[in-house]
Amino acid sequence: MNESIYAWLEGFKRALPICLGYLPVGFAFGVLATKNGIPPALAVAMSCVQFSGSGQFVFASLWGNGAGYAATAIAVGIVNLRYLLMSAAEAPWMNGVNRVKRFFLGWGVTDESFVSHAAALKNGWRLNTVTMFVCNQTTQLAWVGGSAIGAFCGALVDDVRPLGLDYAITAMFIALLIPQCGSRRHLIVAIFTAALSIALKCSGLGQWNIALAAIAGATLGLCLSRIREEDAKRDPA
Amino acid sequence: MPNVIRPDSYSVNLLLAFFWAGLVTVLLKTAPITLLKENSIPAIARRWLDYVPVAVMAALVGPDIFIYDGKLDFGWRNLFLMVSAPTIVVAWFSKNYFITIAFGLALIIGARYMGWAA
Repeated sequence: MNESIYAWLEGFKRALPICLGYLPVGFAFGVLATKNGIPPALAVAMSCVQFSGSGQFVFASLWGNGAGYAATAIAVGIVNLRYLLMSAAEAPWMNGVNRVKRFFLGWGVTDESFVSHAAALKNGWRLNTVTMFVCNQTTQLAWVGGSAIGAFCGALVDDVRPLGLDYAITAMFIALLIPQCGSRRHLIVAIFTAALSIALKCSGLGQWNIALAAIAGATLGLCLSRIREEDAKRDPA
Repeated sequence: MPNVIRPDSYSVNLLLAFFWAGLVTVLLKTAPITLLKENSIPAIARRWLDYVPVAVMAALVGPDIFIYDGKLDFGWRNLFLMVSAPTIVVAWFSKNYFITIAFGLALIIGARYMGWAA
């Protein structure tokens, strides 16, 4: 098959399950934003510019509760700190990619697309920026589309749960994470990080749990791989 | 709901919030990938970054599965947990992305159709 067609198809394939989740969640954001006094057009613009699920939800609820613009922007920044981590993790992939492309690939980073690209790389996918752009921007289209439907005609759909769409992204994370847990080190990191993230969220750090747990988990992984190296040095079996 | 934004203080503040939140988010997303160069990252940091994807996935999926209705719930009432357990088994053995997602969605739809709470 023609290589560039393949790159596009791969991007769409990667985007599909993410879109299934983004449409209803984007819809929910649109509804919530207008309920909190944000004009529909601005809600849609936010989905275009920020393109960040939890950050936008925090924006809508803080704004609705009368927080000022500084408090709102700071809270959004805290929730979105995790993107710093993902963007840094994508940097080593970008050998020979120019800065303009890097900038736009970074702008398109979301939890879901980052995790999908990273899992594909682990499974031997040769990095292709066309695939990344197609995936990121297709999911952005679903996100913006969902927000627009929610913001402008939120009354049309009242419940997405019978379609199971509220579970689509969780199912996707399971599908991506579990095959990565084949090595004992990765399994330990995954269990530790998941538990820590739950504990942090339950203790009221719901805005920090993902970034903090991920930092701790990656650090544990690094320590485990160093311990293993030391063992190998001492006992070259 | 005003569709036309009038320059009152509410709208000005909302636009400021929109602007700053957008700027902060875009900078967080774009700065590292644009500014860090492959060969400028020390080996140990690169090794650390290798673990970031698995850690991020686990940090996201843990609360998704175990926190239900805002509470930690290990019981059968937690539909996402009950569906995720077999979905994890399917993911492990099939190692197939779409089969896993389709299986999980089918279980959720089926369970709700059968009248599982929530």
